[in-house]
Amino acid sequence: MKHYVIIGNGVAAAGCIEGIRSVDAESAVTVISAENHPVYCRPLISCYLEKKTDLERMHYRSESFYTDNNVKVLYGRSAAKIDAAAKTVTLDNGETIAYDAVCNASGSSPFVPPMAGLDTVEKKFSFMTIDDTLALEQAITPESRVLIIGAGLIGLKCAEGLHDRVGSITVCDLAPRVLSSILDDTCAAMMQNHLEKNGISFILGTSAKEFQGGHAVMQNGAEVDFDVLVLAVGVRANTQLVKAAGGEVNRGIVVNDKCQTSLKDIYAAGDCTEYHDISSDMNKVMALMPNAYMQGRTAGVNMAGGDTVFNNAIPMNSIGFFGFHCHTAGSQPEGCTMYEEADENHIKRLFVKDDRLTGFMLLGHMHRTGIYTALIRNQTPLSSVDFARLQIEPQLAAMGSDFRNKVLKGVV
Amino acid sequence: MNFYPEFEVVRNDSRCIRCRVCERQCANEVHWFDADGKVMLSDESKCVNCQRCVTLCPTRALKIVKSDCRLRENANYSDQTIKEIYRQAETGGVLLSSMGNPNPLPVYWDKILINASQVTNPPIDPLREPMETRVFLGKKPDHITRNPDGSLDTTLSPQLSLSMPVMFSAMSYGSISYNAHASLARAATELGICYNTGEGGLHEDFYKYGKNTIVQVASGRFGVHKDYLEAGAAIEIKMGQGAKPGIGGHLPGTKAVGDVAKTRMIPEGSDAISPAPHHDIYSIEDLRQLVYSLKEATEYRLPVIVKVAAVHNIAAIASGIARSGADIIAIDGFRGGTGAAPTRIRDNVGIPIELALAAVDQRLRDEGIRNNVSIICGGSVRSAADVVKAIALGADACYIATAACLAMGCHLCRSCHTGKCNWGIATQRPDLVKRLNPDIGSQRLVNLMTAWRHEIKELMGGMGINSIESLRGNRLMLRGVGLTEKELQILGISHAGE
Amino acid sequence: MKRIYVKEEWCLGCHLCEYNCAFANSGMTDMVKALRGKEIYPRIQVETDENGVTYAVSCRHCTDPICVKSCIAGALSKKDGVIEIDHSKCVGCLTCVLVCPYGAVVEDGTGVAQKCELCMTNSHGTPQCVKGCPNGAIVFEERGEAE
Repeated sequence: MKHYVIIGNGVAAAGCIEGIRSVDAESAVTVISAENHPVYCRPLISCYLEKKTDLERMHYRSESFYTDNNVKVLYGRSAAKIDAAAKTVTLDNGETIAYDAVCNASGSSPFVPPMAGLDTVEKKFSFMTIDDTLALEQAITPESRVLIIGAGLIGLKCAEGLHDRVGSITVCDLAPRVLSSILDDTCAAMMQNHLEKNGISFILGTSAKEFQGGHAVMQNGAEVDFDVLVLAVGVRANTQLVKAAGGEVNRGIVVNDKCQTSLKDIYAAGDCTEYHDISSDMNKVMALMPNAYMQGRTAGVNMAGGDTVFNNAIPMNSIGFFGFHCHTAGSQPEGCTMYEEADENHIKRLFVKDDRLTGFMLLGHMHRTGIYTALIRNQTPLSSVDFARLQIEPQLAAMGSDFRNKVLKGVV
Repeated sequence: MNFYPEFEVVRNDSRCIRCRVCERQCANEVHWFDADGKVMLSDESKCVNCQRCVTLCPTRALKIVKSDCRLRENANYSDQTIKEIYRQAETGGVLLSSMGNPNPLPVYWDKILINASQVTNPPIDPLREPMETRVFLGKKPDHITRNPDGSLDTTLSPQLSLSMPVMFSAMSYGSISYNAHASLARAATELGICYNTGEGGLHEDFYKYGKNTIVQVASGRFGVHKDYLEAGAAIEIKMGQGAKPGIGGHLPGTKAVGDVAKTRMIPEGSDAISPAPHHDIYSIEDLRQLVYSLKEATEYRLPVIVKVAAVHNIAAIASGIARSGADIIAIDGFRGGTGAAPTRIRDNVGIPIELALAAVDQRLRDEGIRNNVSIICGGSVRSAADVVKAIALGADACYIATAACLAMGCHLCRSCHTGKCNWGIATQRPDLVKRLNPDIGSQRLVNLMTAWRHEIKELMGGMGINSIESLRGNRLMLRGVGLTEKELQILGISHAGE
Repeated sequence: MKRIYVKEEWCLGCHLCEYNCAFANSGMTDMVKALRGKEIYPRIQVETDENGVTYAVSCRHCTDPICVKSCIAGALSKKDGVIEIDHSKCVGCLTCVLVCPYGAVVEDGTGVAQKCELCMTNSHGTPQCVKGCPNGAIVFEERGEAE
């Protein structure tokens, strides 16, 4: 009988629980949950504002998830320290828990750069958690003028969520384009155009210089009056526990493909980690939900004595605003060539290097894109498939009859 | 000269969901989708009324009807007759047709009724009592012979054993598709009966069904070699065919492609022309030579069938065949099917199988040589009742082909000669051949024969007969209705009420 | 467990499976009412390869389903071997479309994801693409697996 401890209660933690239980049905599992909510998926908070879901349906797993899996959850508690030598976790209340293996799935925290006069803003919010969301919901009125700092995934999703519930929305970002982490200029322009058509205003390529109550002055001189401020500049991996325990940390906690940190019996998974992106052959913090689950599950299996790896991670994003979707995956390494197809309502950009598909950006038409994603993930040599056909449309037909017969006539 | 099309495509637009199945499934390219108007359109002049689109339309939005646009009524010159004249005036060619004679000539099966037992000689319930439908085709001994040591001589001429008295008759690989052959072969094997290669040879994939295969030797000798002869359960010499007595066969070069050509042992693309006569047979003696050559080649293991079309002197012809050493005579009536035949021949040459069968059986009995041969009757045997009537008229077994094609999906559009069979039967176009899945085709054939076998047993049981052998030639079990004295006399049956 | 398998040698490319699928999942009892004048979003799709060979692609109900692992809403799950979408939980992020290696999860025309559930969650209880295939090219059968 062992004791597994999971720090955090997000999707990586849920994966970790399911990973552990796939190997070890008996041992004790304790989850340390800073938030007073059972596991939910962060991206759903904008859907909540949009009323596409509610607090009940946001639950990532069924009501009986923890009891079914015989997991003890410490709600409202956070971990203060991991002692790798003693194999204990110390909680914020001073209590100490011994572990056989621990998984740090503590996620990330909003990053707020220093901005002059921020303390003069009365209604300012982050947009990361249910509690952030509920607080924001309380603060808005149908007349509210909302200023969102950050035109990334979080900022724009917040804008979409608030769209029907406030008077106006302005989004500003230091980057010259929206979704700068996943889209290039052309794709970002199409997406920005769509957002603007839906009434979102943008101030790009500049940052806030100073706040004076409900008044913001930008570096480029622009000025915005607002009632509610949302800070969505970025997030930082929560690395401090592992760093303090002596583990290797970069921008995120460094983990291998078994989700082990540099410290024995200490695992990490999810947004707090830095791991290998096979599409660019670089280690990155890829704060992505699917990867968080797969890492969590990998960590769980390995913690409980199983043996598995998650060794084909790539960055990928499926995001849409006001009915207009965008799928991106992989990367655009130096020297890659691009295949492009575009009209006024859609863009398809495929990036190829060394006989491999390394990445893509698709806007407007999301049919069967997983076939492209699998090409990146499996590093399929493009010379072994009919890439000309694939460029036109993702289809198994281009993968050869052996492949499709294996898939369609057998169990995969 | 343009005619108003023979058929009309009636599309109920309020039911059409534009799934375009009709368009995709019509090899004649009748249907197409008009993207501008978002409607399905059709060119009826190309329609052969095969009913493929009607069958597959998921919303029953389609039907094909006979056009009522007629020429002026004329009891002597029918529309058909006049249009044929126009066509020939235009082309100068012989008219071609497919499948059996569709004209309203008498169908004697429908004028013959079957007896049933009442009170005395009570009927037998086939669900409770055993019923024998197995038959053995081949020469039967006339008398007992003893070996030198006094024991009974039990050696028999080779026999073809069938679980029921029905077989699938000759349709060549070439005239019908690989999948149609596969369906027939697999069904025959499962049923314990036989199918017949026709004159196209035997595809190497089907040698494994040899125990249920009759291999045919026809005037063109296509596909005939030693292994082929030895592969079958019986060998059939084809002298004639009911749909086209007196002429040979013709497989156009366009159909002699790939495996069809290989199986026939002819160069790809060359016409496979079977001569009207066998050039080595001009007498019964010549026929006897071929019969014995084939027996010799197969070490006297296999029965030899001689197939002839039912023609005027059929009784005398059969008598000759029965003396030629053949084990079985197959008689093909004038309504028998074909993949292609000159229309005039199909519709005007030959005689009804019922009369031919009765005449042959009687003649052989009269001459005391009935046991020399078994008789197979073919040429439009359409149901279990036809089978029972045929047996009672003297047949040992029946050949069916049109009914078998129907079981495989044929809708009798009679367009086989175009090679564009939408049901995957009479075609070699790969995309069309694919439409007949032998898993389904063979199962449907098995179902049909199983049903017929049940019905044969029911009919036999009703007559108080529990073995098909006791029915053979038992004409007392038949009565005619609406037949002349002469017809009754030839059929050898009494009129109903007598 | 029984799954849908495809016999491409018998597929005619008639696309009836797509229409039968769309109808089966329409919740309606009349095909004309369900599909006439509408764009269909079937959960099974007929592909044609470079040689003209056609075959239908639908969810493989993978042993290790990446769509289930990737679903941000916890709306996808595998129950008794069938991968199902809880439509009350799906928020239409289409991550499942982005990750399915066979392109078997598709958008339903209203912005949310849908996929083959073997007709276990509609009123039919047995796959209608299989039932309606005119040539036995789609079968629903047991082919032995480790699970």
